[in-house]
Amino acid sequence: MNPDTSDTLVRVRSLRFAFGPRVIYDGIDIDIVRGKVTAILGPSGTGKTTLLRLIGGQWKPSSGSIEFDGIDVHAQSRSELFELRKRMGLLFQSGALLTDLTVFENVAFPLREHTKLPESMIRDLVLMKLEAVGLRGAAALYPEQISGGMARRVALARAIALEPEMIMYDEPFTGQDPISMGVLVRLIRGLNQALGLTSVIVTHDVEDVLKIADYVYVISGGKVLDHGTPDEIRNSKSALVSQFLNGEADGPVSFHYKSATTYEQDLMAGRA
Amino acid sequence: MNFLTPATEGLRGLGRATLFLLTILAAIPGALLRPRLIIQQIYSVGNLSLIIIIISGSFIGMVLALQGYRTLVNFGAASSLGVLVALSIVRELGPVVTGLLFAGRAGTALAAEIGLMKATDQLAGMEMMAVDPIKRVIAPRFIAGLIAMPLLVSIFSMMAIGIAGGHAIGVELLGVDDGSYWSQINQSMHGGDIRDMLIKSSVFGLAISWIAVYQGYHAAPTSEGVSRATTSTVVVSSLAILALDFVLTAFMFR
Amino acid sequence: MQSRSLELLVGFFVCLGIAAVFVLTFRVASLDSVGDSGSSYTITAKFENTGSLARGASVKLSGVRIGRVREIGIDPETFQAVVSMEIDGSRNNIPSDSNLKILTAGLLGEQYIGLEPGGDPEPLKNGSEIAFTQSALVLENLIGQFLTSFTQKEPSAAKKSEESAEPKAAPKSDGPAPAPAK
Ligand SMILES: Nc1ncnc2c1ncn2[C@@H]1O[C@H](COP(=O)(O)OP(=O)(O)OP(=O)(O)O)[C@@H](O)[C@H]1O
Ligand SMILES: [Mg+2]
Repeated sequence: MNPDTSDTLVRVRSLRFAFGPRVIYDGIDIDIVRGKVTAILGPSGTGKTTLLRLIGGQWKPSSGSIEFDGIDVHAQSRSELFELRKRMGLLFQSGALLTDLTVFENVAFPLREHTKLPESMIRDLVLMKLEAVGLRGAAALYPEQISGGMARRVALARAIALEPEMIMYDEPFTGQDPISMGVLVRLIRGLNQALGLTSVIVTHDVEDVLKIADYVYVISGGKVLDHGTPDEIRNSKSALVSQFLNGEADGPVSFHYKSATTYEQDLMAGRA
Repeated sequence: MNFLTPATEGLRGLGRATLFLLTILAAIPGALLRPRLIIQQIYSVGNLSLIIIIISGSFIGMVLALQGYRTLVNFGAASSLGVLVALSIVRELGPVVTGLLFAGRAGTALAAEIGLMKATDQLAGMEMMAVDPIKRVIAPRFIAGLIAMPLLVSIFSMMAIGIAGGHAIGVELLGVDDGSYWSQINQSMHGGDIRDMLIKSSVFGLAISWIAVYQGYHAAPTSEGVSRATTSTVVVSSLAILALDFVLTAFMFR
Repeated sequence: MQSRSLELLVGFFVCLGIAAVFVLTFRVASLDSVGDSGSSYTITAKFENTGSLARGASVKLSGVRIGRVREIGIDPETFQAVVSMEIDGSRNNIPSDSNLKILTAGLLGEQYIGLEPGGDPEPLKNGSEIAFTQSALVLENLIGQFLTSFTQKEPSAAKKSEESAEPKAAPKSDGPAPAPAK
């Protein structure tokens, strides 16, 4: 049931990663197919953001490999890594806008850093990107003057400014009202269809992502629980997956962060 | 085993800081190609420190003149007041006091700014946009600190010796002869003294900028981490200035 | 947009700083030449002992500053100190047979060179060497001379007048050994 491997843009193989003693990934394989929208679902705190940072080469896995277009991300020199990163965009959960620059300058930032385009061209490009996310009117504002949802849309405009081959979206839908949500969903699909962009969407917003994703991975507890097309996932036999999709607190996936002691032990310890 | 941990941690920190300095130095040629970024930083570490430097320079010159006059007049040597002020300022107080003020005014601002950029993922965001934060953010600030310090020290010394400091008190207020104020200074100071002053202030500028950007860049990405980075910047740079001052003075002592 | 005013302000700051460096080098360290005219000429002289004479010390004629010491070196053959001085270009009629003394301003003050004019109509020029010099008084030598003359005074007080000018380097065994004056 694996996607066609010859057309894989990102290939993650037996990846392990840990923060000190806490194991985040315990050997996972993920394939991200070129030109498709891949969704990565999982409960909060499983390490979805961590996965994106690993793919972007900011953190190193303890073992296993991540290849981007056949190039091992973690075997590159610093400058080679930067070349590789020009081909991918990452939309941070927080937006990560540069606070000393206006919205306009934030979107212009990658263009100014990596191209020698004339000022008028940069202006047109930036306004086009801002128009696409519906924020052309906010061009002159500073990041502290816009809301969290707007900041994430600005970050999206910035991520697509250089037109990379792949964009990784970290929770793009949180903080969006239904209208801008619809716009974002259409935008992501549109970018994907018009430019053949590969998209990776990390989210816990199950229903919306199942509408636009071509392929879905469900991860939890350091493992891939299930993967397949949205329809396959919806009909998954796995108890874990259906618990996650239906949002039940009780089930194989624990809502609680793993603890060494039981709840009762903790409460009693305070009285001793 | 336990008492070794702080020592090894200290060594690790020093090693990390040294490697960090080497990375910055390697990024400097690239950063020099973008003078606009450096100019912006000179403004925030230099221009914005100007007022405090001018005011404290004047006051320190005035105090030196008052104190010096009281002692010198007992020996009938009031005309040497200028020498006393000029030597103390150029050889010691200029670089040291400016360095301490610079660490407090510009060093902390640098550390806090960089620490906050880290805490809010701005540095990580830049890295993911294939922009090297060392080249884009750290190196211009480091270079600006390096350029601004000797200039600030010179301005401080000029204020303290001439214009508003020692000259104002000694000549205008206490009646030391203007001619002998300057001629005595001329006779006992050499170009070498000014050169040593510039060397000292450049070394201090390097130390402060290095410490500030290191503390900011390696701050824990929390509000507490940023506040700790600012505090350490002041503490570590002040100690570094005083220790370096001793070493440099010992070398320059002829 | 506002980058113009930013550049202006930074330019102002850098200018102020550089101006301060110049003020310090010229006004404080007087790297400029001694006279207002700006021109000067250099003369040299050899001394047995320059004491604590330092670079930059004044050269004075009748108490008026006319130049300064530029360099103090050693003659490789005679091991005498060679002092080169920069004299104000407007003082161009100083007799070439003038003599130089290393003097002290006050009891504990700085040492400077005092110039006593001679009578030669030929003036000093750039590169001239002054032949007549008197070294700095070194306190230890002075005390040594004093003690020598003091110990010698007791056995033969009559010799005092001859000895006091140029003391002999052979004191009594129990007296402190004076450093040779020459
Ligand atoms: N710098 C860090 N040091 C130690 N542990 C960390 C660090 N960053 C994250 N973690 C841990 O790694 C785990 C995964 O974090 P991550 O941010 O990847 O979660 P996530 O899946 O993106 O969650 P969410 O959906 O809430 O954003 C978390 O449980 C967290 O405790
Ligand atoms: Mg996350």
